[in-house]
Amino acid sequence: MNTKKKLNVRSLLRDNNVTILFIVLCIGAYFASGTTLNFLLPELFTRIGRNTFMVLSLLIPVVAGLGLNFGIVIGAASAQIAIFLVLLMGVKGLPGLLLCVVICTPLAIFFGYLIGRLFNSMKGTEMIGGLVAGYFSDGLYQLLFLFVLGGIIPIANKTLMISTGVGVKNTMKLGDKAGLKYALDNIPMINILDVLFWGGLVASALILLYRLLKKQPLGIGRILKFFVPVAAVYALSFIPVVGRFLGTNRLLLLNAIELGALVAVIVSVIKIIKMKAIDKKAGLPKKEIMGIVIAALAYGATYIPPLFSAFSVVKLPVMTYVCIAGLVIFTSWFLNTKLGQEMRTVGQNRAVANSAGINVDRVRIIAMIMSTVLASYGQLISLQNIGTVATYGSHQQVGLYAIAALLVGGASVQQANAKQAVLGVVLFHTLFILSPVAGKQLLGNAMIGEYFRVFVAYGVIALSLAMHAWSKLMKGKEAAAKAEAAEAKS
Amino acid sequence: MAQVKKAIDKFGLPRIIILVFFFVLIITAGVLNMNVPALLGDVIRRWGMYGILVLAMVPGIQCGIGPNFGVTIGISGGLLGALISIELRDKGFFENFSHNATLDAFMGIFVALLLALIFASVFGILYGMLLNRVKGSEMTVSTYVGFSVVALFNILWLVLPFRSKTSIWPLAGDGLRNTISLEADYKEVFNNFLGFKIGGIYIPTGLLLIFFLACFCVWLFLRSRNGIMMSAAGANPVYAKAAGINVDKMRILGTTLSTALGGIGIVMYAQSFGFLQLYNATQMMGFSCVASVLIGGASINRASIINVLIGTFLFQGILAVALPVANMLLPEGQLSEILRIIISNGIILYALSKSKGGTR
Repeated sequence: MNTKKKLNVRSLLRDNNVTILFIVLCIGAYFASGTTLNFLLPELFTRIGRNTFMVLSLLIPVVAGLGLNFGIVIGAASAQIAIFLVLLMGVKGLPGLLLCVVICTPLAIFFGYLIGRLFNSMKGTEMIGGLVAGYFSDGLYQLLFLFVLGGIIPIANKTLMISTGVGVKNTMKLGDKAGLKYALDNIPMINILDVLFWGGLVASALILLYRLLKKQPLGIGRILKFFVPVAAVYALSFIPVVGRFLGTNRLLLLNAIELGALVAVIVSVIKIIKMKAIDKKAGLPKKEIMGIVIAALAYGATYIPPLFSAFSVVKLPVMTYVCIAGLVIFTSWFLNTKLGQEMRTVGQNRAVANSAGINVDRVRIIAMIMSTVLASYGQLISLQNIGTVATYGSHQQVGLYAIAALLVGGASVQQANAKQAVLGVVLFHTLFILSPVAGKQLLGNAMIGEYFRVFVAYGVIALSLAMHAWSKLMKGKEAAAKAEAAEAKS
Repeated sequence: MAQVKKAIDKFGLPRIIILVFFFVLIITAGVLNMNVPALLGDVIRRWGMYGILVLAMVPGIQCGIGPNFGVTIGISGGLLGALISIELRDKGFFENFSHNATLDAFMGIFVALLLALIFASVFGILYGMLLNRVKGSEMTVSTYVGFSVVALFNILWLVLPFRSKTSIWPLAGDGLRNTISLEADYKEVFNNFLGFKIGGIYIPTGLLLIFFLACFCVWLFLRSRNGIMMSAAGANPVYAKAAGINVDKMRILGTTLSTALGGIGIVMYAQSFGFLQLYNATQMMGFSCVASVLIGGASINRASIINVLIGTFLFQGILAVALPVANMLLPEGQLSEILRIIISNGIILYALSKSKGGTR
C-alpha cells in the first residue's frame, strides 16, 4: 500500500512537472514581487476573461491528432478583418459585435479549410507548418492592410486610414465613438437570463413537438432538469432586489463565490435527498458531502480579510465568462458526438481510422475549421475587452501565448482538456503579470522580467515539445526492443 | 511538351517564379531609370553577407536534423564572440601588437571569428545532444529552442558586464544597445579587402573570398570520410547504423558544424552590415536562412553547396532590388519587408508540403 502510494506521488510529479514548476515559479514571483492580491486578482481575472476562449479553441485539433494548432493566428487575423469592416460600416455596440461574428465566421471557415488542406499535405509536420503558415498569412495580412486597403480598394473613412489614404492606421480604437469596447462584457445578466428563458422555452417546445411527430420518447425529465432552474431564477428576477442585482453586467468575485457555494450546496442537498428518499441507497453520499464541505470552505475563505478585500475588487464580466463556460460545455459535448468520436479515432491512429471507414482528411479539415472559427471568436472576445486593436500586432503573439498557457496547464501535443486549459491560463497569466514586477524588485530592472516571461513562454513550448518527442522516441525504442526480444525467443 | 513539364518539375515551380520575378524587378529598375549597377553591387554584397549563414543549413540538412531553424543558437554565440572582441579592442588589447588601424581591425575580426567559433561549437554540441533525443520532431523543437535561446540571450545582454562605450547605452538604460556600430572596429574590413569596381558594380572581393572559402571547406568536408558517413546517417539512419556508422555522433557533428557556421556567419554578416544587432533582431534569421537554401533547390532532406549559392543569390537579390523599386512605385515603404515575409514563409510551406503527406 505504502509503496504504491509513493509511486503514485512520483508519477504525479513526473506527469505534471511543467505545471508544478509553474506553480512554484508563480508562488516565488508573488513573494518576490511584494504585491498584494488586490493588484494581482483583478488583472488576472481580466486576462482569464480575455484569453481562455482562445486557449480552448486549441483543444479540438489536439484531439484530432493535429497537435498544437499554431494556425489560430489566422483565425485571429480574420477577426481583425471583420472588426475593420464593422468599424468602417459604423455599426455600434452589441449589433456591431454580432456583425463582426457574422463577417468573421465565413472568413475563418474559408481560412480553416485552406489550413486543413495544407496540413493534409504535410502530415507529421503540422506544427512547424502551422507556425510558418501563421507567418505567411501575416505577410498577406500586412499586404492587405498596408497596401490593398486604400491603395487598390478606395476607403473614404479618414479616421481609420493613415493620412496618405493608403493603409490602415497602427491602432483601431474600439472605445468611444466606435462603441465596440465591452460590447460583450456589458450585457446585463438579466438579458442573458431572458434569452436563456425564452430561448429555452422555444427550444424545448420545438424539441417536444419534433419528438411527438416522430413518435420518439419525449424525455421530458431531461428538458425539465435544464428548464426548471432557469425558470426559477427567471421568476426570482421579478423580486425588485434580485432584479436590480441582475440588471448589472459585472459580478463581484465575492458574490460569484457566494452564489457558487450556495448553488453547490443546494444541488448537493437535492442529490442527497434524492438518493436517500427516492432511490433509498445505503451508505454515505461521499461526493455530495465533499461538495458541501468545499463550498463551505470557499465561503469561509471570503471572511479572511485580505481575501475579502481582494475578492471585492474583482468584477467579472458575466457574459464573457458565460461564453467561456458555454465553449467548455460545447467542446465536451461535441467530442462525444459521432464526429467527435471520429476525431478521437483519427487522433489516435490515422491508419486504423482509415480502415474503419473514416474519411481522415475530411475529419482533419473539419477540426481545423472549427479551431480557426473558435479562435476568431476568441480574438473578438479579447479585443472587445482590451478596447484597441493593434492592427499589425494584436494577432501575432496569440498562438504563442495560447499554446504556452495550454502546455503550462499540463496538456501535451497529444492530449488536452478544458481543465488543463483553464489551469494553464491562470498559472501562465499569473506569472505574466508578476514577472516584470518581480524583476524590478529583485534586480532593479523591469525589462529583465519582461524578457524572462517571453523566455518562459518559448521555453515552456520548447520543453514540452522536446519531452513529448523524447517520450515518443523512448516508447518506439521500447516497442522495438520488445519485438526484438520476442523474435529472439521464438 | 512532356519534356518541358519534366524540366519544370525538376527545377521547381517556385524557383521559376522567383527567377522570373527577379528579372522583372531588374527590368523594372532599368525602366524606372534607377542605378542598376549599384543595385547589382548591392545584390552581390548581400550575397556574401548572408552566404555563410545560409551555408550553415547544409550540414544540418545533410546529417538528418532537417533545416536548422535553431541556427539562432549559433548566431547568439557569434554575437557573444563579436562583443568580446569589441571589449578587447576597447581595453587596448590589440594595440599591444600593432599600431596600424587596419591591422587592428583584422585582428579584431579574427578574434571575433575565433571566439564565435568556440562559443557556437560548444552550444552546437549541447544542441546536437538535445536533438538526438527528439528525433522526428527536430524542426518544431529546434524552432522553439532557438526562440527561447534568443529570449535567454536578451536577458544576458542586459546583465553581462560589458563596459565598452561602443556597446552599452551612453547615459541612461541598462545593458547593451540594440544596435552596436562597428565603425571603430572591423566594419567592412573584408568588403574593402581587394575590393574593386567593374562596370559600376562594386565587388567586395574579401567578403566573397571568405564566403567561397567557407563553401569550399564544407564541400571538401562533405566529400571526406566523415562527411560521407554523416550524409549517409542523414539519408537513411537505419541503413547507416547497419553499416556501422554511429548515427547519433554524426548528427551531433552535423549540428555542431551548422551551429558553428551560424556563429561565423553572423560575424561576417555584421562586418558587412556595419552593425551588430542584438535582442530580437536575430529571432527570425533562421527562417530566412532556411528559405534561402530551399529557394536554391534544397529539400528538407537534401541540400548542397550549389543550393546555397543559387538560393542566397536569388533571395537576397529579390530583396535588394525590390526595396528601392518598391520605394519608387509605392513610397509608403515596408513592401520589401512584406515581400520577405511572404516569400520566405511561402517557400518553407511549399517545401514542407512536398516532403511528406499521403492519403492516410
